[in-house]
Amino acid sequence: MKKNNLNQETTQELMALNGDEAIAYAVKQCDVDVVAAYPITPQTIIVEKYSEYVANGEVQTEYVCTESEHSAMAACIASSATGARTFTASASAGLALMHEMLFVASGCRTPIVMAVANRALSAPLNINGDQSDSMAQRDAGWIHLYVENAQEAYDTIMQAFRIAEHLDVQLPVIVGLDGFIVSHTLENVDVLSDESVKNFVGERVLPNVLTHEGKTVPFKLDPDNPMTMGPVAMPNYYFEFKRQQEEAMKNALTVIQQVHDEYAKLSGRSYGNALIEEYKLDDAEVATICVGSAAGTVKDVIDELRAEGVKAGLLRLRTFRPFPAQEVQKALENVKAVAVMDKSMSFGGNGGAVFHEVRHAMYDSKSHPFVVDYIYGLGGRDTSPKDFKKVYSDLHLIAHNKRMDKLVNYVGLRE
Amino acid sequence: MSSKEKGWREISIAGVSPKSSVGFMTGDWKTYMPIRDLEKCTKCVMCVLYCPEGAIRWRPDLGKIEFDYNFCKGCGICANECPTKAITMKLPEPTEGE
Amino acid sequence: MEEQKVTTQEWKFTAKDIALKPEGFLPGHRACAGCGPANVLRMVMKATRGPTIVTEATGCMEVVSSIYPYTSWSYPWLHTAFETAAANASGIEAALKVLTKKGKVKQEHIDIIAFAGDGGTYDIGLQALSGAVERGHDFLFILYDNEGYMNTGIQRSGGTPLGAATTTTPAGSVMPGKMQNKKPITDIMVAHDLEYVATATPYYWKDMLQKVRKGLEVEGPAFLHIFAPCPRGWRSEPAKTMEYTKLAVESCVFPVYEVVKGKYELSTPSKLIQLAPQKKIPITEYLKGQGRYRHLFTPQHQHVVDTLQRLTDERWAKLQKKVEQTA
Repeated sequence: MKKNNLNQETTQELMALNGDEAIAYAVKQCDVDVVAAYPITPQTIIVEKYSEYVANGEVQTEYVCTESEHSAMAACIASSATGARTFTASASAGLALMHEMLFVASGCRTPIVMAVANRALSAPLNINGDQSDSMAQRDAGWIHLYVENAQEAYDTIMQAFRIAEHLDVQLPVIVGLDGFIVSHTLENVDVLSDESVKNFVGERVLPNVLTHEGKTVPFKLDPDNPMTMGPVAMPNYYFEFKRQQEEAMKNALTVIQQVHDEYAKLSGRSYGNALIEEYKLDDAEVATICVGSAAGTVKDVIDELRAEGVKAGLLRLRTFRPFPAQEVQKALENVKAVAVMDKSMSFGGNGGAVFHEVRHAMYDSKSHPFVVDYIYGLGGRDTSPKDFKKVYSDLHLIAHNKRMDKLVNYVGLRE
Repeated sequence: MSSKEKGWREISIAGVSPKSSVGFMTGDWKTYMPIRDLEKCTKCVMCVLYCPEGAIRWRPDLGKIEFDYNFCKGCGICANECPTKAITMKLPEPTEGE
Repeated sequence: MEEQKVTTQEWKFTAKDIALKPEGFLPGHRACAGCGPANVLRMVMKATRGPTIVTEATGCMEVVSSIYPYTSWSYPWLHTAFETAAANASGIEAALKVLTKKGKVKQEHIDIIAFAGDGGTYDIGLQALSGAVERGHDFLFILYDNEGYMNTGIQRSGGTPLGAATTTTPAGSVMPGKMQNKKPITDIMVAHDLEYVATATPYYWKDMLQKVRKGLEVEGPAFLHIFAPCPRGWRSEPAKTMEYTKLAVESCVFPVYEVVKGKYELSTPSKLIQLAPQKKIPITEYLKGQGRYRHLFTPQHQHVVDTLQRLTDERWAKLQKKVEQTA
């Protein structure tokens, strides 16, 4: 959503960019030291574009073309541990191959930023968009931000570095964009000047740690101040480090909002309160919850329904990890029936990943709205405005009959 | 859990180690300990080099080789490799070392 | 850490000099008594030439040296996972390169050493290693080869020799331990056209340390394969750890050599055997005393010893031929 509070001193340029290109452009402006990545559809444009910047000397970045995503993430962790601002991008099978290292990255507290051009997982092999890949990594200790369009992809990358590197956070961040729908679709994107971005992102600041030499020094591999990173922790200490990560996640809820608000002042663009974005939710009786690009379609559907007198609304979940449970609960307080749109499956789990979180968050709400799950768009299956209208009409019935027949529903699936 | 172990708020992030292992004595692992015959020792320092522990030190200032029984695990490599057979592995006695 | 950027020629390798070098791998680590790799790491760290960052694969040496809150590393050290030593080195090198350009690294040069065991090199780490050396990162990869997954309880790896009993290739009534021969990892690395590849054993400490230094001096990737017995896994006497690294050379089970820009050259201990072949000891001299080969000394499995002898002789002959061909 655009707001017209643009800082007069901030000049912006309009560029035609797809989501991947918008990300590459943002990374270029963030003075990233190291990019270590492996190509995979639909992320490839990001790494190709960035390679061009490197080849043309437009960036001071070491670009490491690793032989696998597993090594890409290992190299990113090591690079970040050496003090370098580090970026990578992946999707689908590539992200799955990184799985082991994602936990290492968060456990080592390396503030890497990774764009994930969300894509389905094999088998059967499918290169199209859904969110199975990153949702499967939801417990790996990374912050998850999901964008709706190319503009937001651009805006979120610089916020991601600020969030990841914040001293109260020090966690890696995934910026998820829907494969093809956002990654490959050309849009008008307003970009800030290099100077504004540079000032906004700033230099990487390192937290202090106590080393075996008894010194309190910046957290990095430095021969002047040697430290041991990534050690073994037995049952007597492991738990404490995991608790620290959880605290950092909690801190991130605040930091994500602060950074977003600061960026909004600079750019004139904001996305709800950074955690969630509400659309006509104030007086809504029925609402859907979306993650990513589907929100765009749903907003149009809502406008049509509103014209017909239906009190429909939308909650777009921009931040999935840490999960903004309180904000979600509050936003849905007065809604009678809620449909959670899940673009991934949690097989045997009675609903998708987002559904689990939302239903869990609503357990403590006073109003107790009906919360129903809709799995949609798997493997790139198109979901049309008509499909969403059907969801709202289902919700209307649920609200009216005060009865929910099925907990989990499938959109556009042939029986 | 022992009370001297710190809470999560008190320790540095990411498991950065706050202590050197020179504070962790492994000397009580051993059964046999190396005892040197100073008459036979030529101070060739092979024992210093072959020790997996770094428990044997060459002290040029004192002109002698020191065995640190706080770390020696009693493997016997030094005794096996000593060119003059100056080291023998023995069960510890009350008056140990030099 | 003292700054010292000197060349091999200038560095005097007397035993007493080495003995006095500060320890990079500190006492108080929790390796078993008589651990070969522990000695290797300790000695290797005495051959550093200045500021150095170490990264290590998951494995025995990583575990014994980093149990929180203690560390045995006086150098900056990073561990991420089992298969990632070389990938870590890539990331560190890339970061140092760009941060140096941006004026954010004070040191003129920082060496990078990646340690991995045979599991982290021959098997699970091979892809990352191959990729990292193909990309040409400036680092020294050191394989400490104890010929099995010892940390997890002595399972077979690609580096376990034919006939050795491990917990996943036990000596049974039908099978005589591992049925396959050791993977020629050094040849694989030579095939990557590295400027410097070498093998070493800690018995010949001077030779080993010179090779470490040469590997560090090379601009670009270098690979050093160090033989490092595991008394626990080999069912051998802890006191004989160093002796086995001598017998392995004398039997030509593990010849020591260098491959500099594709040119093979035997190092002195192996060269002496080439010059005086009568000094080459039978493989049984090396095998006996190692519990992992005990079952081979039975009439039923005698043929495995014969095969091992033949394979050892063949590999030794092949190596000498390469020396000749590349001279």
